[in-house]
Amino acid sequence: MIQEFKKIWKQYAITMLWLLGLLWPLLGIHPDGTLSFKQTVNVWSYIFAGTFICFIFYIINKSGNFEFFTKPVVNTSQKLGDIVQAMPSWIWKSALLIGAIIYPILTGRYPTDVVINVLLYICLGLGLYVVVGLAGMLDLGHIAFYGVGAYTYAILNVQYGIGFWVCFPLAGLTACIAGCIVGYPTLRMRGDYLAIVTLGFGEIVRIILNNWMSLTNGPNGILGVKTIGILRPVMENGLTFEIFWVKKLEYFYYFALALAILTIIAVTRINFSRIGRALEAIREDETAAELMGVNTFYYKLLAYAMGAVFAGFAGALFAARMKFVSPESFTFLESVMVLSMVVLGGMSSIPGIILGVIALIVLPEVFRELESYRMLVFGLTMIIMMLFRPSGLIAAKRKKMMETKS
Amino acid sequence: MAHLELKNITVRFGGLYALSELSFAIHTGEILGLIGPNGAGKTTIFNVLTGVYKPTEGDVIFEGESILGKKPHKIFSRGVARTFQNIRLFSKMTALENTMVAMHCRSTKGVMGALLRTNSQKAEEAYIKEKALEALKFMGVIQFADTVASNLPYGSQRRLEIARALASEPKVLLLDEPAAGMNPSESSELMKDIARISERGIDVLLVEHDMKVVMGVCNRIVCVEHGIKIAEGSPQEIQNNPKVIEAYLGQPAATHD
Repeated sequence: MIQEFKKIWKQYAITMLWLLGLLWPLLGIHPDGTLSFKQTVNVWSYIFAGTFICFIFYIINKSGNFEFFTKPVVNTSQKLGDIVQAMPSWIWKSALLIGAIIYPILTGRYPTDVVINVLLYICLGLGLYVVVGLAGMLDLGHIAFYGVGAYTYAILNVQYGIGFWVCFPLAGLTACIAGCIVGYPTLRMRGDYLAIVTLGFGEIVRIILNNWMSLTNGPNGILGVKTIGILRPVMENGLTFEIFWVKKLEYFYYFALALAILTIIAVTRINFSRIGRALEAIREDETAAELMGVNTFYYKLLAYAMGAVFAGFAGALFAARMKFVSPESFTFLESVMVLSMVVLGGMSSIPGIILGVIALIVLPEVFRELESYRMLVFGLTMIIMMLFRPSGLIAAKRKKMMETKS
Repeated sequence: MAHLELKNITVRFGGLYALSELSFAIHTGEILGLIGPNGAGKTTIFNVLTGVYKPTEGDVIFEGESILGKKPHKIFSRGVARTFQNIRLFSKMTALENTMVAMHCRSTKGVMGALLRTNSQKAEEAYIKEKALEALKFMGVIQFADTVASNLPYGSQRRLEIARALASEPKVLLLDEPAAGMNPSESSELMKDIARISERGIDVLLVEHDMKVVMGVCNRIVCVEHGIKIAEGSPQEIQNNPKVIEAYLGQPAATHD
């Protein structure tokens, strides 16, 4: 057995030595110039012990000694998968929906807040999915449209006193216009060049927000954005309506949920329509798509505009929740985060992206206890996930079309 | 009657003449072969016909109208479809989806139709699928409808490309070396298919190196060398044309009696 795994043993030993070499300068060299070895060896031996146990398990598993345990597990999970497949999809869909609806009742304020974040990022991620996953255009400035949407609502609300329900479509519209303005001159470019241009656009938007003092109040941001107001019937002296401000986080949650669900439905429908096919054809081979009758320029622009609209809607909701917007929220890092969610979840599958969003929002919250090591662990988890699942958490599945026929 | 016509086409890349003063026409109802040694400009002709290159000089006439300078997707929707020398399928999409993409120009529903999933949108989707399945069946690759294109066997990928081009019901089909890499039995199968395509009332322009295929299926053949047309005529005429023989085999060193 050891002979078989000689190569792995060797690799493991080298890795552990490398780790020791890496750890010592980090832990062993002190600011006052003294050197020590004790702490390094201590930390290293803990890591060594942990990984060694994992490694032993790995080897036993590889050599098949665990089959008495793994085989039934795999079998049952397969059977479970078959049962889920056989179930009509509305059962688990409605179960998920009910779960989502009662979630804020069951949990507290903090988990609800995290999930609102998840829902907003689902809208953003799915918008980016249309651009990156379907049309295959690398977009590093997607957050700019989120910012445009958020600022549209904030400015219209604070300066002109216009309510949320009027501003909401306007936020989508301005984001769409912004998308077209950037897209029109730039979408002739392909690949890396496009990525650079979109990156530049994202930064331009942030800098404009930061410097156009008279309109955006610069880095101080805009304060006092009103939340969503809905008309509520009141039965005092006849039927009248009063404005009800959605101030409680639990109520706000439902708006975010509704937007996320609508976005999921919209993107799914676009995905499985002639538009989705045209976009996928562009991703696979732009020249061939053009020669097969797809107006590639128009559809690339459309993809960009659609992605922008979803981001704009999410932005308006974001402004309504925070009651405050500032350029700080729309940095390049945020664009990268959204892109990571899409890539990590699985570039071209909608459930994958949702899972990716959940992972990237929830994991940093879970790791909060690790304090300063949080981002380190977070980064490590990402690397491990990409190593083991390079095509994303849930890889794209082609829809079988023949089964519905015949 | 000329259906698709090239008139005095010159394509220049810098100082290099890829095509010079080239004219020929595809007549209604015929299978026209286009032959010539490597680098003669056959694929350039395809790119001019489909709008990928704009010729430096000359004109392209389709059904009595100039299609010069039109976008490739416009030319495709008018009815000029092509396949590629090196297979260019949408490799991560299924065979059926590949074929459905070609129906794009024959359908109209936009974003709103897709979002609301109206009845007319559903009807259109069903129509697209029906047409695509028909094309797959015609080319005998229906069993791969749900297979991802890159997983298809090589010969079937070639067939799928033709099916994709046929789905939109073109008037002229340009085939760029469809028999490349096929074994004799596959290529004789392909010859039958090309004849069947012609029977559907589609004019075919066939670029091919396999002379058995070209001679067996074409009504007329055009031979080009260095971007110049050197011969045009029936397969027999081409076979006996000294210029064609010279282009393919080189100049005879000495004549034998």
